[in-house]
Amino acid sequence: MSKIRILVAKPGLDGHDRGAKVIARSLRDAGIEVIYTGLRQTPEAIVATAIQEDVDAIGVSILSGAHNTIFPKIVTLLKDKKAEDITVFGGGVIPEDDIPFLLQSGVAKIFTPGTATEEVIEFVNNSITPKSSAIA
Amino acid sequence: MITSLVARAIDGDIRAAARLMRLVDDRDPAHNEAMGLIYPRTGRAHIVGITGAPGAGKSTLTDTLIAKFRKDGKTVGVVAIDPSSPFTGGAILGDRIRMADHALDEGVFIRSIATRGHLGGLSVSAMDIAAIMDAMGKDVVIIETVGVGQDEVEIASVADTCIVVTVPGMGDDIQAIKAGILEIADIFVVNKADRDGVDRTVKDLEMMMELTARRSGWNPPVLKTIATSVAGVDELVGSINSHLEFGKGELREIKRNARLFHAAQGVIKERISAKLSYGNLSKAIADSENNPYKAVEILWNTLLR
Ligand SMILES: Nc1nc2c(ncn2[C@@H]2O[C@H](COP(=O)(O)OP(=O)(O)OP(=O)(O)O)[C@@H](O)[C@H]2O)c(=O)[nH]1
Ligand SMILES: [Mg+2]
Repeated sequence: MSKIRILVAKPGLDGHDRGAKVIARSLRDAGIEVIYTGLRQTPEAIVATAIQEDVDAIGVSILSGAHNTIFPKIVTLLKDKKAEDITVFGGGVIPEDDIPFLLQSGVAKIFTPGTATEEVIEFVNNSITPKSSAIA
Repeated sequence: MITSLVARAIDGDIRAAARLMRLVDDRDPAHNEAMGLIYPRTGRAHIVGITGAPGAGKSTLTDTLIAKFRKDGKTVGVVAIDPSSPFTGGAILGDRIRMADHALDEGVFIRSIATRGHLGGLSVSAMDIAAIMDAMGKDVVIIETVGVGQDEVEIASVADTCIVVTVPGMGDDIQAIKAGILEIADIFVVNKADRDGVDRTVKDLEMMMELTARRSGWNPPVLKTIATSVAGVDELVGSINSHLEFGKGELREIKRNARLFHAAQGVIKERISAKLSYGNLSKAIADSENNPYKAVEILWNTLLR
């Protein structure tokens, strides 16, 4: 019985994690196991946690405006640790104009403000499979 | 492939260990062989259970314990269990929020797991995951149970040292005595000692402890902590180490056997329920003219012979 495991991370210095908590709850309600680590996580801590927890994906919520550095950093660190099989997606307040760059740097999906949570669940269910049977 | 995964995990490869824990948590068929290779390498770690009501401060205390053990030069594993939603099967595993300081410390391995329907404060996989951490060479493995507040007997039987966390005011609650909580604690912690009524609670607990029969000869101390400011944590670690010292020899052997027993029992239960499919059971009930006891006889004789 394998289950999707997702790390919901909230990097950056701003103190709002309402959005991240809403996503965490809707993922739980969709039958997913969510590891939630709270505010102010560095990309290094996020990646180390994702690996210890063997998650299938990292959902990152960024409100601070630092998305153009934080997302690529997470993707690079995952590559360094040979953990590029972990999908990275995110949301928060990210302008449309920045999205192509983020997708190019290896982020699978960016949700714009106001996205319905159903859309996030649909993305997760369609593009993320629990990888436990594929032994690393 | 499993053999090499296990070998890499034991060698300290974090990805391999994390994946192994995933196989175990998912009860992937391959986990049987893997755990067969792991268990012979266990028995070195000090297994510490932390239990107590929801919100009592178990995770915050665990965070301070990690810091202290690390300062003392020990490596630490943590198995943190949170409840699965009985309706959706999903879960929010949030214990790590309080342990964020240790995310980058390579001497600390934290794994969050969900109960996945298991009652009693652990999950089916919790002790297997603790065993993997033991085999990886962690000096101390802390198991934070679900804050069920009642049925924590399971952790008490499998941990070398069982810490029960309460908060001021709870000593007044007669339910706490009924739940058998006094019998299972090797160490009592009254956390949130910054709150009113802490001394009263400590006194009440000490009095109740005196009336509780204990077989081992160990007198469980009642300690005050403020996990958020680390007050009392050195004393707590002192007590944990004294209890480890006290348990050396016979008690430790008993606990180790209890863990092996727990593992075997878990696998037996899983195998039996795998054979007892809904279809098998309803057929047996129909064949026995709706007599559940006869149905069990039929099943037992055909499936489990
Ligand atoms: N005032 C005070 N608050 C504390 C203390 N220890 C923990 N807390 C707070 O109590 C709340 C719950 O703490 P946790 O450590 O998450 O409690 P827990 O027992 O792990 O909770 P569950 O895992 O949900 O059962 C948090 O807001 C902590 O900051 C303390 O000593 N004093
Ligand atoms: Mg907790």
